[in-house]
Amino acid sequence: MTLLSRTAENLYWMSRYMERAESLARILDAAYRLSSLPTAYGGGLTEWESAIKTAGCEEDFLAAHGEVTSEAVIHYLAFSRESPASIRNCLERARHNARAERTALTSEMWAAINGTYLEMHEIEAAGDTQRFISFVKEASLRFDGTAYRTMLRNDAFWFTQLGLFIERADNTARILDVKYHVLLPKHAEVGGGLDYYQWASILRSVSALTSYRWVYRDSVKPWLVADLLVLKEDMPRSLASCYSNITTYLDRLSMAYGRQGPSQKLARTLYGKLRNGRIEAVFQSGLHEFIEEFIAANDQLGAAISEQYLS
Amino acid sequence: MALRAFDEMSSFGDRCRPAYERLQAWLGQVPRELLAQRRTEAELLFRRMGITFAVYGDTEAEERIIPFDIVPRILAAEEWTLLAAGLEQRVRALNAFLKDIYGPREIIRAGVVPEAMILGNPFFKPEMTQFRPAGDVYIHIAGIDVVRVDADTFYVLEDNARAPSGVSYMLENREAMMRLFPELFGRHRVAPVDGYTDELLASLRSVAPRAAGEPTVVLMTPGPYNSAYYEHSFLADRLGVELVEGRDLFVKDDCVFMRTTEGPKRVDVIYRRIDDEFLDPLAFRPDSMLGVPGLMLAYQAGNVTLANAVGTGIADDKAIYSYMPEILTFYLGEEPMLKNVPTWRCREPQALAYVLEHLDELVVKEVHGSGGYGMLIGPHADQATRDTFAEKLKHAPDHFIAQPTLALSTSPTLVESGIAPRHVDLRPFVLTGADRVRIVPGGLTRVALKEGSLVVNSSQGGGTKDTWVLGD
Repeated sequence: MTLLSRTAENLYWMSRYMERAESLARILDAAYRLSSLPTAYGGGLTEWESAIKTAGCEEDFLAAHGEVTSEAVIHYLAFSRESPASIRNCLERARHNARAERTALTSEMWAAINGTYLEMHEIEAAGDTQRFISFVKEASLRFDGTAYRTMLRNDAFWFTQLGLFIERADNTARILDVKYHVLLPKHAEVGGGLDYYQWASILRSVSALTSYRWVYRDSVKPWLVADLLVLKEDMPRSLASCYSNITTYLDRLSMAYGRQGPSQKLARTLYGKLRNGRIEAVFQSGLHEFIEEFIAANDQLGAAISEQYLS
Repeated sequence: MALRAFDEMSSFGDRCRPAYERLQAWLGQVPRELLAQRRTEAELLFRRMGITFAVYGDTEAEERIIPFDIVPRILAAEEWTLLAAGLEQRVRALNAFLKDIYGPREIIRAGVVPEAMILGNPFFKPEMTQFRPAGDVYIHIAGIDVVRVDADTFYVLEDNARAPSGVSYMLENREAMMRLFPELFGRHRVAPVDGYTDELLASLRSVAPRAAGEPTVVLMTPGPYNSAYYEHSFLADRLGVELVEGRDLFVKDDCVFMRTTEGPKRVDVIYRRIDDEFLDPLAFRPDSMLGVPGLMLAYQAGNVTLANAVGTGIADDKAIYSYMPEILTFYLGEEPMLKNVPTWRCREPQALAYVLEHLDELVVKEVHGSGGYGMLIGPHADQATRDTFAEKLKHAPDHFIAQPTLALSTSPTLVESGIAPRHVDLRPFVLTGADRVRIVPGGLTRVALKEGSLVVNSSQGGGTKDTWVLGD
């Protein structure tokens, strides 16, 4: 059975939007925790600024609001109908894509995504941000779970997963990029508490605080945080783990279609770098530069996938 | 004005007709609460399956379900045999008519239908002249609306020759009934309808333009916002073919391809559920975003088959309808087995005068209208409405035809007060391939749920029923 490019594209973006909604919820969650700390521990407005930066919509936000306030950021990232990057708009678009491809989804997936969309309106109306955040995280788990448990393992599934991991890699990289300065070992203005909570908040925003302790059996150290999120393949949100999945699914596609293309090559190169990389070397050549390069390469892979399969 | 109608269960109230005997006995013993409960279950079932339709101009109810009546409508085997033979005859005549008017036009020369009625008809597509579609088939899928007035008389109310919808309801209604009332199927031998999609696929494959290998068939939809989108996705699913939109297709070297993740794939047959006007922006409406540029050239080059063919709208035009008995006899040399409703063509001055005088007993329809919009049911309208309509008629008589109000047959239906007769019609689906005509025993029964109402359209408060053709 052939898969229409449009169908593949809708499935791919459906899961990208769901994943993005979840990331935004995590970013908001982390910002909430930090901003509620006394300024001496890193609390205050800077957290909301970095939340906006991490979401990659600083310019649009400032154009719309002028200045950063916690209320404005929360509204912009969670509920705004105007911001293309808001959680509600991500959920709406995910549902829109799903609706166009009902027959390619299992009924469980449709129920998960449609149910989320319907429930969202109620929670949105209640205006309870914390409840909204946990709702979104659960919705994403539900969606992921139904896809994983009910979809036939064919190209439709692989494109769904590709969308998810490309988006996840982008999000993890952005979180690191915005916070890279607190991870720099030589960071000057050291108030022990401040850095500690910042590092912990990075881990928390990718659900990795417990994993960190399991892996390193150590207190939170900046280079280990970077190691975990960039190079540790056993860490589900790390760049290495995302690329392990991306290469797997791209390989499945090339096997099924009997043809390889630029996406397979790009993904393999990037995955190789992550697998063979050492965190000391990354810091040596500059964490910021490394991440920036990665985000660009990840974008390039997204474009290559679109070019090769989705148009 | 109450019309004395023929009831398909009790004739004129005097006896139970044989096909309904077991159903009547069952209705007599089944507790009312059980029926009510099953009706609720049916509604849940339909909602869950997402069998919805959109009503144009009604944003409040973007996705509605059509009311489903759980009492089946039953036809005896011999009734169906006659009806099916009449339907096949009718569709053969419609195809012959299209082949002729886009070819030698003998029917005009013979003076059976006036030239202006054909060449001046908005549904006549000059692009089709001298072009012969694969197998000379124009109407691959026809939905012929028939009504009944007594035990032996069926009238054709309308020929739907463009992209008739409703077949998903025929199939889903049966599914629902089998789930809800397995005990009823134990008491009856009901001819199955679920072979429809196989028959459809066989018909579509039979008209593929090239012999090479297994032809690729696709179903083309205007998209998720179309009112019949559910049906499009349902059928594509059951046929096992791709559901494509215009943007999924492109034309290269006069061949049609679809964009797939494995690269371009050649398309042989397009079952299109999109109007002629939107098919190809280069040939028809240039502002159409739904179509495929160059599609008409590929079609005319004989590299792809469109089902139904372009230009079939003229065959279901209500003005042409009035000539159908003569058209049928002209091509087949036979007498029509199904009657035509007597029709006054308001474009003819004598007819117009008669219609204006008898507005209170006639149904007046717009020639190019459909879906029950823009029509007047004389006996049910008040004087003011009739007067307004009379003005419209005088202003543009060409746009209207009039027919007597038929006493449509009724069928037992579950309503608030219990089981009561309600007026019904029937849309069977006739498939024509290069090889033969295929008709699945059954069709979509539409029922006017309001007491006394004759309007069965879903957009106007009508519902549907499962239609049973009993085995011998």
